[in-house]
Amino acid sequence: MLYFNIIRSFSLDPLSVFFLAVIALVCLPSAIYSTSYLKGHYSAKKIILGWIGLSAFVFSMMLVVTANNAFCFIIVWELMSLVSYFLVIFDSEHEKSVQAGIIYIVMTHIGTAFIIGAILVMYKYALSFDFAALKQACALMPPRIKDLTFILLLIGFGTKAGIVPLHIWLPYAHPQAPSHISSLMSGVMIKTAIYGIIRFAIMILGINSAWWGSVILVIAAISCLVGVIYALMEHDIKKLLAYHSVENIGIILLGVGASMLFVKLNLPVLAVFAMVAGLYHLVNHAIFKGLLFLCAGSVYKATGKRDIEKFGGLIKTMPWTAGAFLIGSMAISALPPLNGFVSEWLTLQAFFLGMLSSPVGIKIFMGILAAILALTGGLAAACFVKAFGITFLAMPRSKYAADAKEVPFSMKFAMVFLSILTVVFGLGSSVIIKLLTRVSADVFAIDAKAMNFTLNNFVLCPKQAGGIYLSTPIIALALFLFMGVTILALYLILGKAKRRTGRTWDCGYYKLDSRTEYTATAFSKPFRIAFDFFLLPYRKTEKIRESFYHIKSFKYETHTTSVFKIYIYEPVVKLILRTATALKKMQPGSIHLYIAYIFITILALIIFMNKF
Amino acid sequence: MNTLIVLLQIAAAVILAPLVSGLIRKIKNNLRMRKGASVFQPYYNLAKLFRKDEVISENTSWIFAAAPYVVLASVLVAFLPLSFMGQASFLNYTGDILLVVFMLSLGRFFLSLAGLDAGSAFGGMGSSREMFISSLVEPVMILSLFVVGANSGSTNPACIAACPAVRVSGLIAAFAFFMAMIAETSRIPIDNQETHLELTMVHEAMTLEYSGRRLAIIELAAHAKQILFFTILANVIVPFGGIITYPLKIIAISAIIGTLEVSLAKMRLFRVVDFMTFSFALSIMAMVAWAVGL
Repeated sequence: MLYFNIIRSFSLDPLSVFFLAVIALVCLPSAIYSTSYLKGHYSAKKIILGWIGLSAFVFSMMLVVTANNAFCFIIVWELMSLVSYFLVIFDSEHEKSVQAGIIYIVMTHIGTAFIIGAILVMYKYALSFDFAALKQACALMPPRIKDLTFILLLIGFGTKAGIVPLHIWLPYAHPQAPSHISSLMSGVMIKTAIYGIIRFAIMILGINSAWWGSVILVIAAISCLVGVIYALMEHDIKKLLAYHSVENIGIILLGVGASMLFVKLNLPVLAVFAMVAGLYHLVNHAIFKGLLFLCAGSVYKATGKRDIEKFGGLIKTMPWTAGAFLIGSMAISALPPLNGFVSEWLTLQAFFLGMLSSPVGIKIFMGILAAILALTGGLAAACFVKAFGITFLAMPRSKYAADAKEVPFSMKFAMVFLSILTVVFGLGSSVIIKLLTRVSADVFAIDAKAMNFTLNNFVLCPKQAGGIYLSTPIIALALFLFMGVTILALYLILGKAKRRTGRTWDCGYYKLDSRTEYTATAFSKPFRIAFDFFLLPYRKTEKIRESFYHIKSFKYETHTTSVFKIYIYEPVVKLILRTATALKKMQPGSIHLYIAYIFITILALIIFMNKF
Repeated sequence: MNTLIVLLQIAAAVILAPLVSGLIRKIKNNLRMRKGASVFQPYYNLAKLFRKDEVISENTSWIFAAAPYVVLASVLVAFLPLSFMGQASFLNYTGDILLVVFMLSLGRFFLSLAGLDAGSAFGGMGSSREMFISSLVEPVMILSLFVVGANSGSTNPACIAACPAVRVSGLIAAFAFFMAMIAETSRIPIDNQETHLELTMVHEAMTLEYSGRRLAIIELAAHAKQILFFTILANVIVPFGGIITYPLKIIAISAIIGTLEVSLAKMRLFRVVDFMTFSFALSIMAMVAWAVGL
């Protein structure tokens, strides 16, 4: 029964092809980037190891999205987790990497355990691991069991996706890996979990009741907010990006969850529309998060630091990296006409259209979700003003930043390539949406011809929403046209502007230096205060006075509390450790006792066998 | 042809935008029993700034130089989907009413970066506060626009304007939007356009390093943004009348803003959270009112 044909266990359908494309889009530039990135950092042997790891990682992800057999799926899923674990601890000489690796491997295995549980439940009904057979059997499954399987799947894949509160490993593991691996993990690997949810929960299990979608929507909304608020507080550039992955997974799941809800509300066209929005954000996030991680890696390579408080002024020494990071920041902040904007607009439209044709309660629910999405967008923009502004603008805050040099060609190439993709996926949205419609229609087994999302090749118009248009090419064209006209008109009317270069205004005080610049901590202060009920900020000031009037030195310390770590994870870890310590007494090293254990076990087994 | 008319309308709106600011200032001064400057004073200021030389900080990069143009262009693009007289043109395809929110955040993003670019603590403070306030404003704007859109069944501004029934939910949404507008146009009690005192300023702090031509562009963009919001409030959220009542509605809004500015005191920065929470609650109320069919 367990016999299966390796070749026949992998197949392609539109969803698999879509995910393969996403993997390929980000893996190619990452691989090119790594040629220069690894050089100089590591020994020749380690570089070879890095290449093997990268290839194995990419290969395992590709197998995950093409498996059509649950048994195979679990094997390649586990392969992906293990390979990525070895990539996380690639810098194993650092204590932090090993620690991050442990957190990652524990969390990911908890997730896998739940997935295996869900698959075994399904297997019990199908007596086969084949996806098609599972699907048939799931149609006859009792609703209770279906709900249980869904929850198992949600926890299992949710751990990999990094939904709150299972996101705990993400900000540790992603930053510790080398940057091109971070870009793959954040850009692509966590997306395989979304693939898992779509494949198993929607396509195989079949949506049972409306609360599935609602649960995913609520979790997604929480993930959005928690991710972005933590990102705002974070000043390690790679950790900041990792928290943004939590936020963006939330946005993707808003689309996916909405589509699951719409299916149960009998709105198939809207379900496809919401799924398109979710998948669009998925590929967009893969592109711009990949880009941002590569840029962060370039900055790390040039300065040897990851703390943005030590950066500044890099736009002058590293113009290419700065430009690429700016495009990535604009995309993730959902600024038009780039790709992040299109997918967020689509998600908002999905909520708007869903609102129009659903019961009263759902209407209000949708409205609140849209507001949360808008708030997330605003906070993300603030976070990237901070990240870009403090890293690249003004004066260098340390000698590392002052001595930074632009990265070599292959790294620049990879960043420019992804920047161009960011723009292309923004401007070519109407073409991409047509392709995504086919994928989504296939997920719900609905005829794609009934759907028409585009008016023509440059204007986006969801058919069921009469007269709602969006055209990113026109926006881009108009933006450049208006800018050009303004500059030209001013030049023609007033002539060339007379400019002088002077010092930044310093209130007539001494010359300003980098110590007087605004810092990332200061920038995020209003947010720290506004969200203090959640962040629980801690602040310590220490003044050393020479006399009452003169303060010789002043120390200021502030950090926020991770509520999930302190109130959920630490108690659990403590409980496990305490139990382990208690159980240790069973193992005192006495051979007599061990023989007694064996005897008792055999006795128990004999009784057990007789009884049942 | 229609495209040209729409573009001319936008040009007219931008040209008349400083007049609205001048009008509000005049109203405020008259309420304070002062004579005040002429309503054309903003034009004189702009003319003066356009002719002046610029001093640019040595720490800045191309972001600082480009930001004013991006800000102005983004406000102008935000005008495109709104048609004042309801002309259907090629430009209606640009986007819907939600695009306005996103376009404004594009301009704000660049202006905030420019605030950080000179390396002065004032600029950074302004950027931080601006992003803080705007991130709280965004959900209110989206939600109130959702409600008016839902009343007409579409987020296309032309559809919304063509659906003139005044409904309870629409009015509550208009009130929430009005509060968001106060924050976005840096008016009292959120911000104060009249002061350059470092402890209270938000928008002015960001643009502190600008001078001459670029400052003029930023000011023009601020005027244009203001009339953009007034137009949305007048034509989209309270849609009745047409081109004839439009100037009257703008004057009425100006009068309300002027009166409010004179009679209120500026809030502490962290009270803004309460202010925006209230307007958010209002927009949720509007949503509930719409959902139950009011």
